Amino acid sequence: MTSNYQLNHLRELESESIFVLREVAAQFENPVLLFSGGKDSILMVHLAVKAFYPAKIPFTLLHVDTGHNFQETIDYRDRLVDHIGANLIVGSVQEAIDNGMVREETGYNATRNYLQTAVLLDSLEKGKYDAALGGGRRDEEKARAKERFFSHRDEFGQWDPKNQRPELWNLFNGRKQYGEHFRVFPISNWTELDVWQYLAVEEVELPSLYFAHERNVFRRDGMLLAESEYLPRRPEEKLEKMTVRCRTIGDITCTGVWKSEASTLEDIIAEVSIARQTERGGRADDKRSETAMEDRKKQGYF
Amino acid sequence: MVNSLAHTELLRFTTAGSVDDGKSTLIGRLLYDSKSIFEDQYEAISQTSAKRGEEGVNLALLTDGLKAEREQGITIDVAYRYFATPKRKFIIADTPGHIQYTRNMVTGASTANVALILVDARKGVVEQTRRHAFIASLLQIPHLIVCINKMDLVDFNEEAYNRIKDDFSAFSHRLDVKDVDFIPMSALLGDNVVDRSTNMDWYGGSTLLYALENVHIGSDNNFIDCRLPVQTVIRPYSDEYHDYRGYAGRIAGGVFKKGDEVVVLPSGFSSRIAKIDSYDGELEEAFPPMSVTLLLEDDIDISRGDMIVRPNNQPDVTQDVEVMLCWFNERPLQPRGKYAIMHTTQEARCIIKDVRYRLDINTLHRDEENKEIKMNDICRVLLRTTAPLLTDPYRKNRITGSIILVDEQTNETVAAGMII
Repeated sequence: MTSNYQLNHLRELESESIFVLREVAAQFENPVLLFSGGKDSILMVHLAVKAFYPAKIPFTLLHVDTGHNFQETIDYRDRLVDHIGANLIVGSVQEAIDNGMVREETGYNATRNYLQTAVLLDSLEKGKYDAALGGGRRDEEKARAKERFFSHRDEFGQWDPKNQRPELWNLFNGRKQYGEHFRVFPISNWTELDVWQYLAVEEVELPSLYFAHERNVFRRDGMLLAESEYLPRRPEEKLEKMTVRCRTIGDITCTGVWKSEASTLEDIIAEVSIARQTERGGRADDKRSETAMEDRKKQGYF
Repeated sequence: MVNSLAHTELLRFTTAGSVDDGKSTLIGRLLYDSKSIFEDQYEAISQTSAKRGEEGVNLALLTDGLKAEREQGITIDVAYRYFATPKRKFIIADTPGHIQYTRNMVTGASTANVALILVDARKGVVEQTRRHAFIASLLQIPHLIVCINKMDLVDFNEEAYNRIKDDFSAFSHRLDVKDVDFIPMSALLGDNVVDRSTNMDWYGGSTLLYALENVHIGSDNNFIDCRLPVQTVIRPYSDEYHDYRGYAGRIAGGVFKKGDEVVVLPSGFSSRIAKIDSYDGELEEAFPPMSVTLLLEDDIDISRGDMIVRPNNQPDVTQDVEVMLCWFNERPLQPRGKYAIMHTTQEARCIIKDVRYRLDINTLHRDEENKEIKMNDICRVLLRTTAPLLTDPYRKNRITGSIILVDEQTNETVAAGMII
């Protein structure tokens, strides 16, 4: 009898994530969902819609906007927010630069990626959010492999990897002092391939950037980067027209693109299944040092 | 392609072991031979191996974690790793094995279907092996695989394998473990991990990966005792769904069907299931570990922490709970201390009324004299709660039979418990 009662891995991951999302709604007063426009945050929104159907999602969406975006990301974001009737808040890095809260990096490798942390923490504080839902996955990067579903942050928004709460069964301890908050990662146990397979099964609409398209690109440090007014090129960095797609979508200055002919989700799944590089292999922000992610996380980055 | 993936099952396993018995090498080998390692990861560990002056590529480095851990050359926390074959997706809870890290082992074991226990073929069953086996039985991991590693260092000798198998069995008879498998291997050379060894023709069993792909996990969940702890009540407040009241939660046991008679605890009111709802449409039945929304025929006051069950099969409703406790915190257990207690979706406060005994996890001796409970100790206690809990014995149900204790000042999780 029991053999009929077995969920496949995608349904089991879905169920686990929905459980976590519902725990957040039940345990916190003012949760926010961090939305970057990337596939992982799109998955999160999709799961949240399912978790609270037929009610609207009980989370505000927060987009920390570096101002250096692919236009497709912003268009997609606005359509999605409109479609699900959610409330969107934008934390602007440009504004933080203008009012002197943060200072912009200069030079060819300048990126606003690091400035996001300050703007994120500022937005969380201003909105008095007590839980921030993120699309981080444990398979992404070695510092994430030890992250909890419910990750406690002190009043400075810092992560202390040596002092994390043990997490057992499905008992999630979201208790905190006033002024502290939690980062919650409902899709911790998904891999890149799981995400793509699920988005395909669920027929979720995705930004066009994820599919193969023609674009002007140039090479830097073994990566392909997209031509953009925000990305000054060195004299030797020549533009080439190529058929490419994004495997992750972040700030345009540090998101690498990949040569690819994958124009459907099926193609992408086939490509990811045989990929020989991790998806973050195209992220300049991780390449700064061996512990780049761990160091950023300690300061409050996602 | 997508359709063929629809049949992939998820299996969670835990590995426990120390640096010396080759645990990291074994995991590295599983990931490498199942082609789950990416070029940039492999390149990074090749460089590190070379930098450290090691011969060849050290696969153990794949599981290297945080900076602090790398500096000290030890693992201090549970790390989760992922790989997949066409048959199953695997989640590894990789835990350190030293006695100091009992709490990490317990954490990793809490959700596992299978425990891998590593034994060094040269050393045989040692204290640590017994400790791992005990924790696996305490946490009721349904399947154990004893990996008898480093067979290359005992000339792939069958006698060595048999001796360890007999020693382990003699010990595990005293524990509550049902399904144990023994596999001789060499993680370093790859024998019997993913590929069958050509050095041990005397061994007729399966490789580790084959065992992981084929162990029967279909009955690991409880499909008998219907339990739905209510997480949250869904009320859309829209014109279209004006009177909609959905009780959302993850099925913790049994199979719920539309039309079933149910009882809501602790109030005791009964009703019938009007609908099992989901975003994808109405469902005929719901079973663990599905997350669903139940609608009942009658209007009953139900809130988070309540449990929906069947009238002829109910959990215990009690304020006195006997538990086996694993202590996690640097501050020792306070006899007669008060803590917050979390159980399913319910929260209450409790007092530790009595410490029955402290268990020596190496000898299984019950110490009723020295009952001071420090970090990583395991003990049996009696708790008295401020509100009734809806419990099952942990042996029957790992979800409705487990609790955690939280320090009310620091909010840290200080202990995990299994209800007896």
